[in-house]
Amino acid sequence: MITFAKDFKRAAARVTADLRHRGLIQRALKSYEVKRDEFKGRYQNWSEARQAAAEIKWDAINHLDRYLAEFIAKLEARGTRVHVASTGEQARDYIVQVAKENAVRTIIKSKSMTAEEVELNEALEHAGCTVFESDLGEYIVQLRHEKPYHLVFPAMHLTRDEISDLFQKELGSEPTNSPEELTMIARRVMRQNYCRADMGISGANFAVAETGMISITENEGNARLTTALPKIHVAILGIEKILPKLEDLALFLPMLATAGAGQPLTCYNSLFGGPRQPGEVDGPEQFHVVLLDNRRTELLADAEQRDSLHCIRCGACLNVCPIFKNVGGHSYGTTYQGPIGSVITPHLRGLQNWKHLSAASSLCGACTEACPVGIDLHHHLLHNRRNAMKEKPLWWEKIAYAGFVFLMRRPLLYRISGKLGSIFFPLHKLVNGGPLDPLISWTKTREFPPLAKQSFQEYWKAKGKKEAPHGLS
Amino acid sequence: MAYPDHREEVFARIREALREPAPHRHGGYSEDAGEHTHTDEHPPDAEAFRAWLPAVGPRLEEQVALFAQNAAQLKADFRRVATLEEAGQALAGLSRENGWKRVATHRETPVAVLAEKLGLPCLFTDAGYATAELEACDAAITGCDALIAQTGSVLVTTRSAGGRALSVLPPHHVVIAERGQMVPDLATALQSVRKRYEPDWPSFLSFITGPSRTGDIERILVLGAHGPKQLTILLVG
Ligand code: SF4
Repeated sequence: MITFAKDFKRAAARVTADLRHRGLIQRALKSYEVKRDEFKGRYQNWSEARQAAAEIKWDAINHLDRYLAEFIAKLEARGTRVHVASTGEQARDYIVQVAKENAVRTIIKSKSMTAEEVELNEALEHAGCTVFESDLGEYIVQLRHEKPYHLVFPAMHLTRDEISDLFQKELGSEPTNSPEELTMIARRVMRQNYCRADMGISGANFAVAETGMISITENEGNARLTTALPKIHVAILGIEKILPKLEDLALFLPMLATAGAGQPLTCYNSLFGGPRQPGEVDGPEQFHVVLLDNRRTELLADAEQRDSLHCIRCGACLNVCPIFKNVGGHSYGTTYQGPIGSVITPHLRGLQNWKHLSAASSLCGACTEACPVGIDLHHHLLHNRRNAMKEKPLWWEKIAYAGFVFLMRRPLLYRISGKLGSIFFPLHKLVNGGPLDPLISWTKTREFPPLAKQSFQEYWKAKGKKEAPHGLS
Repeated sequence: MAYPDHREEVFARIREALREPAPHRHGGYSEDAGEHTHTDEHPPDAEAFRAWLPAVGPRLEEQVALFAQNAAQLKADFRRVATLEEAGQALAGLSRENGWKRVATHRETPVAVLAEKLGLPCLFTDAGYATAELEACDAAITGCDALIAQTGSVLVTTRSAGGRALSVLPPHHVVIAERGQMVPDLATALQSVRKRYEPDWPSFLSFITGPSRTGDIERILVLGAHGPKQLTILLVG
């Protein structure tokens, strides 16, 4: 437990001191902000739309059993094989099994955070398959043996030069500093992979209950190719992706694009309702949908924080978060970074191990403001802090608060200790910021404010004598 | 395949979890929301969305103008032509400019006729095709289900666009649409495909909004990431 928090602190300290890195992230997010505001401005009423999105997701999540059953029944009726997995391991095992039964060797994959969550690639590689990430950003981080940096922009921490060096080393390509040429290099590599892959794996952004379809949002076209060419398509998604009605997409697709990426609509929004149907010319022969719980039901059981299952993984809360912008995506050490990651990771992986993320917040509320489905993110950070303390109080905090209460209830003692403070405070200068400083964790990076010459009580008394003509009133 | 499924267990957990009702929040700060427990009122529907999403005029001309404006911003090439003959001329022009040697299409009027008039070798996807052959085509000419003014999108399905791959594999996608296919917004487009197909849905539907793109390198826009680099939309009539 201590190690996760320690790793986080260490990584955060390192990244925060790296001004070049911070500059790169902040420049990228600035251009996103400009675009987002432009397209948000076109909505006749963004806040009403946001409220509607919250209500629709509320309905979906609070009737999850009903909608999920409908979704599964509709999919199965059209020849899709649905597998419900309780744990990440079960989801992995099922997909590995499908690969083995079909003698799959090469797999092409489009972006899926749920697959990251269950570490699917590792399992498939262990079973002897070769997995290619086809999303450009995901491909880049895969070549670097790294985790995605951001839910939506996995390689935003890298410069074009770093990517050129990587491609030179891994693919033997010519050096270039043109993003366009770099993209074309990846395009050429991936084209071959689509054609020879035996299996395509995707995630999903939404699961439409009423029609039994999954919806995938992407810009590059890699998910479309992943789901069109190989003879097997496996989609893995969390059970919370449900939307009740097909027409709900008319609200969610544009909001996802605008909030998350500053686009009016993402380039491809595709719906998949089954394997190749009679009379169709192409598409996979097998379509598997793997629905993952992996402790989402624990979050569901927490009525107070249930709305964090409304999340559509748009990434908007990361993009506006002052903590994310400074500590960067990798410092979190989680699948889901930023405010939403700090809220849900304690539920998915254990409160005591991950409570430190809820403390790494300025509680500015920018995340709650940005969230297109109106999740009360920053209050949930407080709820996590409270729950962590309730479950496992810190002994020294208990003593400290008991001492504080003791003092506050005894005016004389309070006054004396105030006096003692002002006598001893000047001595603090001698140790300020040094190893003997008892306030070191504060003074390492900040000035300690000087004590006032006069206590408030003294001030008030003096004021009272002068009848305070325009004093505190 | 006999592989143990865990749906019983997961559904049981869901039902157990939902026994405690969640406060109904209309999004945002829980403190402001006046925490009352949900009474099964219906959430807003597509009719309501229209008042909040970007505005679209009711007349066809307004919708075409909005579509054109969106397409320009998306770097798609949108042209309105009066007749099928003009559409054929526009296609011939595109073919010359881009030096097409081989095109792909599907057997559907009017796209098949227009494609054949180009006088180039023409791959039809309808009876199945080899992926490598489709990949070797310079352009794909397809129909569509709808054009969406609000977003500048083209709605295609396996049935209207010759399968899943035709509209994404070749480097240039040309869409032929008719004026009756212009709809104001996404909700109308979804309602129209529902009317056309339900319950016998195509296995694949896609809203295509501009040529394929990526911003994964320093958030700089590059067109033609994995799908078509060029998207041309010819609106006939
Ligand atoms: S919590 Fe809200 S803002 Fe953050 S990723 Fe999820 S939907 Fe987007």
